[in-house]
Amino acid sequence: MTPVFCIVALFTLAGGLAAVTLKNTVHCALALTVALAGLALFFLRLDAQFVGFAQILIYIGAVAILVVFAILLTRSSEPEASGGIVSSRWLAGVIIAAAVFAVLGWAILRSAPALAHESAAPAVTVHQIGTALMGRYVLPLEIVALLLTSALIGAVIVAMHENGSAK
Amino acid sequence: MNPLPGYLLVAALLFAIGLAGALTRRNAILVLIGIELMLNAANLNLIAFWRYGPHPEALTGFLFAIFSIAVAAAEAAVGLGLVISIHRHLRTTDIDAMNRMKG
Repeated sequence: MTPVFCIVALFTLAGGLAAVTLKNTVHCALALTVALAGLALFFLRLDAQFVGFAQILIYIGAVAILVVFAILLTRSSEPEASGGIVSSRWLAGVIIAAAVFAVLGWAILRSAPALAHESAAPAVTVHQIGTALMGRYVLPLEIVALLLTSALIGAVIVAMHENGSAK
Repeated sequence: MNPLPGYLLVAALLFAIGLAGALTRRNAILVLIGIELMLNAANLNLIAFWRYGPHPEALTGFLFAIFSIAVAAAEAAVGLGLVISIHRHLRTTDIDAMNRMKG
């Protein structure tokens, strides 16, 4: 538990907590960005530079902007004061989340002595990643390409105006 | 001191926060934010196990995390497209008010 780890963990968890508790949805999106940046720092600390920078590019660069756009597009007719920001059965949700964390934390703490120990930092070059993607993982790569194409087309079709309505 | 349990605990806590957000918020976009937090907590687990696992040179968890990020990006695009479409029909993003699937 180095001080750097504690600070980054504090940032990430505070950002995550703010993202799901704040009242203003734009503030929630900004807090989500803080949490995602903290996770990117975690990835960099874990010697996964490629994933860390991919996280910054994809999540902070694209997903956060997408979330902000969706919030601003759907904000116009918000019935703000109709029963608060949480659903009617929020207590059950909180209890379920606390129970899930209790089970996960118990499992982690019980298995802590058996977990793998610190090893030398692996040096991952982009060349190695490319070779792995084009060799052993070429089939998942193709499937992800297909998935991204269909998600692109699907998102456009779902969000598109239908004939006759609106416009 | 072994650093792996620390990362796993942070990931578990972030997952629980995301789950609580997804289960309790009424705004559909906030539910999607909760789901994004849960997916990212899983990614942190994958990278931590890859880094401290017995064979980091095999890149297994590393590439799994990259594929997971790609799938999460597709999920976010489709999910937010659906929210915008629902908002156009019902004029609300309150999931308590979305109680019928017929358009």
